[in-house]
Amino acid sequence: MSEYNVINSRATRLDAPAKATGKAVYIDDMTLPGMLYGALLQSPLAHARILRIDTSKACKLPGVKSVVTAKDAGLIKYGVSPARYDETLFCHDKVRYVGDEIAAVAAVDLATALEAVSLIQVDCEELPAVLDIDAAMADGAPVLHNDYPGNVCAEVHAEFGDVEAALKTCDLVRTTTFKNKRQDAAFIEPQGCLANYDLSGNLTLYSSTQVPHYVQRTLSMVLQLPIGRVRVVKPYVGGGFGIKAAANHMELAACLLSMKTGKPVKMNFTREQVFTYGRARHQFIHTMTTGVKKDGTIVALKHQCHLDGGAYSSFGIATVYYSGSLLGGPYKLPNMKYDGYRIYTNKPACGAQRGHGGVAARACWEQQLDMIAEELKMDPAEFRLKNIMVAGDVTCNDLNMSSLGMKECIEAIRDGSDWKSKKGKLPKGKGIGMACGFFVSGAGYPIYRSDTYHGTVMVKLTEDGGKALVYTASAEIGQGSDTTFAMIVAEAMGIRLEDVRLESGDTDFGVDLGAYSSRQTLMTGHAAKEAAEDVKKQVLDVLSKELNVPVSDMDIRNSFVVFKKDNVDFSGLRTRYIKEHRGWTDNPQSGPLTFTEAARIAYLAKGSIVGTGKYKPPQLGGKYKGAAVGTSPAYGCSAQVAEVTVDMETGQITVDNITDAHDCGRAINVTSVEAQMVGSVSMGLGEALFEEVKFDNKGHVINADLSEYKIPTMLDMPSVKPIIVESDEPNGPFGAKEVGEGAIMPTIPAILNAVYDAIGVRIHELPLTPERVWQAICDCQKEK
Amino acid sequence: MKKLIRLTVNDREYDVAVLPNQTLVDVIRYELGLTGAKKGCEMGDCGSCTVLMDGKPVNSCLVLAMQAAGRKIQTIEGIETENGLHPVQEAFVQKGAIQCGFCSSGMILTAKSLLDKNPNPTEQDIRKSLSGNLCRCTGYQHIIEAVKSVTP
Ligand code: FES
Ligand code: FES
Repeated sequence: MSEYNVINSRATRLDAPAKATGKAVYIDDMTLPGMLYGALLQSPLAHARILRIDTSKACKLPGVKSVVTAKDAGLIKYGVSPARYDETLFCHDKVRYVGDEIAAVAAVDLATALEAVSLIQVDCEELPAVLDIDAAMADGAPVLHNDYPGNVCAEVHAEFGDVEAALKTCDLVRTTTFKNKRQDAAFIEPQGCLANYDLSGNLTLYSSTQVPHYVQRTLSMVLQLPIGRVRVVKPYVGGGFGIKAAANHMELAACLLSMKTGKPVKMNFTREQVFTYGRARHQFIHTMTTGVKKDGTIVALKHQCHLDGGAYSSFGIATVYYSGSLLGGPYKLPNMKYDGYRIYTNKPACGAQRGHGGVAARACWEQQLDMIAEELKMDPAEFRLKNIMVAGDVTCNDLNMSSLGMKECIEAIRDGSDWKSKKGKLPKGKGIGMACGFFVSGAGYPIYRSDTYHGTVMVKLTEDGGKALVYTASAEIGQGSDTTFAMIVAEAMGIRLEDVRLESGDTDFGVDLGAYSSRQTLMTGHAAKEAAEDVKKQVLDVLSKELNVPVSDMDIRNSFVVFKKDNVDFSGLRTRYIKEHRGWTDNPQSGPLTFTEAARIAYLAKGSIVGTGKYKPPQLGGKYKGAAVGTSPAYGCSAQVAEVTVDMETGQITVDNITDAHDCGRAINVTSVEAQMVGSVSMGLGEALFEEVKFDNKGHVINADLSEYKIPTMLDMPSVKPIIVESDEPNGPFGAKEVGEGAIMPTIPAILNAVYDAIGVRIHELPLTPERVWQAICDCQKEK
Repeated sequence: MKKLIRLTVNDREYDVAVLPNQTLVDVIRYELGLTGAKKGCEMGDCGSCTVLMDGKPVNSCLVLAMQAAGRKIQTIEGIETENGLHPVQEAFVQKGAIQCGFCSSGMILTAKSLLDKNPNPTEQDIRKSLSGNLCRCTGYQHIIEAVKSVTP
């Protein structure tokens, strides 16, 4: 039995009934009176110099209300990391990838807007394009951005300990190179937005975004509007996974068109545009050299990584740091050296996707660790347990594992999968493999330098009592955060979940950095708890005065006031309450004093009762360059076992089942924790087995749809056994921390290790298509 | 040229003027205001636009509105009963089968049509029937559990 009344249980999500009945409103379900429709002109060439843009024909088309280009938008640079703002709303001198934005049109309907786009004439001079890392880094390669010669967007060099010296002390040193492919997040709802610039000069943008706050700031900066006149509101969002975690061109263009026309403007990406906008997982090429002692002690890791970044920086500066820093744990590793390079290419920009920067690195290393364990004749579970960090350990790059159930996770999957009776004992074509991983519970610092709180929450009691209204600017994008915060507020106030109503996703409600880096449960959760405690205290303070009972002798539980000591006569308060509400059906007649009555009495004494909460992490991390990336108040961790069957004739892999343990601190909503765990596995499984955004030699995405870009269907997903390993995270609200991204870390390497167990060949490139697996089997047979 | 057609949606008749190339999903969403059917791809790949046509699930982005004239269309808005949520909707709510919810209308309608035909499907039946409905959030497990939990 849980010691909690609301959290740490299986709650039905607040938004589920609306979503089950089609009543939940997403961006494309919205309309505003007089609304226009926008469309974008995007480059058909991967690299070209713009000579002239002629919009005259488009402007003359009946029904067209505005056509805008860089001339109207200006050339203010923006992006994600202020250190690398390299985009403008529209291209003016060059286009740098197929899909780069050149102009936008608003018209009375979409067909007219699209026709107008086709009437815009752009004269340009095609330039040679670089479509992969080697081409981009070659001597004399065409340069995308003049400020970045050699097309190096960012490089990172970091060393902790002395890797070369440490490797010399090792008994076994192994080097491997590993490659993943560019992935697309493939959320089912394409991005869309609706901009409304009103007659008083206020701009409201409704958008399918994960980060209303950052979008608000970008709009204000690029469109040169005072921030107080910009509001961003997020309706229900159909998934984001990182890609919707920054302002996009369409949002900016819709706002500009609304400002020009004085009308609301709606714009949507088609599925193809989702792919050409990109901003999802990079392609990484990792080379890792790991050294260990005979007894299995990991001593050093030398790591080099190249990222194919696409045409702009997007989140990539953080990505290139993360892909190094996230190997600091969960194993004790005293010496680590990292050299990372993010390279510009003439393709859509890559950005952040679930498990930001760490997924391919983790896949490479966890497979290599298995190879090393095999050479040492150690069981992979024992090898990992030997090196595992525990709560209180700090990584060589200064990440503090304030709680860490990694050991418990490994033990849970080992026992839960019957590992001991299967490992090394399965017939040819069947295999079992395991892997681990961890992730931040929220980035330790905002994307822009600031002392801002990362989240603020307001709880207001309805004046007639009875309900707590929660206002948070955080972003419910499908992960279940609204329900999580309602549960936290209910728990902290001592009221029932049904007595809480919650509104979120609106920059008018406060500051919240949004849904990325798995931050909301811990950070927004803290603010929600503090706001709830504030309200509770205000109510109890009034009661204390009215009844002459010390606050310490009272509590609120289950929406009733509890007097801890003697019976207290509150009949006077009850009579007052009932007098105020003559004729109401729910007036309390007998029984204990209700929270509703107490809230009304508090209002009569003080006016509206509003509590506020806020959170920002303490100073975190080391002092070296880039030390901020990877810091977090807490880390979630995961271990998984995959079991696979490989058809030795065709190379076809079937994942038979996954056993998945995750330490999420204290689970707030158990159902949602499991949902994140299984969802993470499915995204990892897709990347492991089939997902790859492919290009032709002109830089066009050739599989920009959901039939040729394959994500797992119900027939591909195995049954997953989720095991929640709880810990009590000292920095989390009620001990809670992340689950949404740590849970994807072990999936790919667990499958890789299982495939090796099944076929006896290591594969160092994703995805594990039948061709690739079959080829690997053949190559290996030839060698023998 | 627009043409007037009669659509029967959720047992109600609508006379709507439609263009020959207008899809059913656009008409029900933007003309009839029934926005429960979603548009994830408009190419027949994702199933988020699923509606029932004469009881069978179809991708309404691949059906021309004119083809739907005279057929019986059911959307997510039309399956609630006087007693509240349809049992499949209730199961999705209770089992945590809904995350972002963008696939949910399509999933629920496809599941309903399966259960109407086959009240006791095996897990494999469920997986096969729903394999045309993509979900990127859930990993499908809670959806399968929800469908299994609906008893005839
Ligand atoms: S929108 Fe119809 S199948 Fe995707
Ligand atoms: S719940 Fe998000 S796509 Fe299914």
